[in-house]
Amino acid sequence: MKLIVNGQAREAQASDLAALLAEMDYADRLVATALNGEFVPKDERKSAALADGDRIEILAPMKGG
Amino acid sequence: MTSFYGFEPASRLFLGTSQYPSPKVLEDAVRAAGVDVVTVSLRREGADGAGQAFFDLIKALDVRVLPNTAGCHGVKEAVTTAHMAREVFGTPWIKLEVIGENDTLCPDVIALVEAARILSEDGFEVFPYCTEDLVIADKLLAAGCEVLMPWGAPIGTARGLNNEYGLRSLRGHFPDVPLVVDAGIGLPSHAARAMELGYDAVLLNSAVAGAGDPVGMAKAMALAVEAGALGRQADPLDPRDMAVPSTPVFGKAML
Repeated sequence: MKLIVNGQAREAQASDLAALLAEMDYADRLVATALNGEFVPKDERKSAALADGDRIEILAPMKGG
Repeated sequence: MTSFYGFEPASRLFLGTSQYPSPKVLEDAVRAAGVDVVTVSLRREGADGAGQAFFDLIKALDVRVLPNTAGCHGVKEAVTTAHMAREVFGTPWIKLEVIGENDTLCPDVIALVEAARILSEDGFEVFPYCTEDLVIADKLLAAGCEVLMPWGAPIGTARGLNNEYGLRSLRGHFPDVPLVVDAGIGLPSHAARAMELGYDAVLLNSAVAGAGDPVGMAKAMALAVEAGALGRQADPLDPRDMAVPSTPVFGKAML
């Protein structure tokens, strides 16, 4: 399925958000996720089914002012 | 000491973590200034895992983190970012930025009030990046904010306190609300001036990170903030127009 992950097109096998993180080797990273602009808490990623064309944001701690 | 949602920092300087020449310089600057609160943000994670390394550095500093919603331009974007920050950083604190104009990074204060209300009702402890507008300040407090963070000048401009009258007026209208001058500071004297006006803390980033010697400037800012606060507490002399001799006139020799 074709997804947009962090602004980049990506072909993915994963059918849910948790599986996508595992597929990207992000499973153990401290990140927050959003699906089509909606925040998806960590414990809801497994039940967040993905569909063709979904936009996913995976955010991590970064320097800031 | 002023309490920020129940937290009493030992230092009245809050420091941003962006734009330093290296992680080591950031670490040294934070330690040199002795700050208890640093601002952080969320950005897209890359394959290199840079975000994880950054957070390891911050955790080692043993400071409170104040995540921001920098770059957000609307209520929904800011609220969603705040939720993501709360999960990642494990804190209800959020420096709420909703930008309304790109050249000045002036806050969209209407959207700010709405986002502050939504987040406060959801248990967030909101530090709103606002202007010195008294009416908006009142609405932010009514929305649940217990701290206000008016700008000194637009972010990164190093212009100091653009509207000193407005900032003094805000302090006068809300004597019991913790107030932080956030953004626009360039010099230690700007930071000291904010504290002389009775502000409870100063939040800055570019002035330190962009200085030729960030660690030296961090120390200077910490001292300036402390000096300004001590000066305010010491009840300074009012300015006057006519000279008043400080050396006694009585007893002066007639030569």
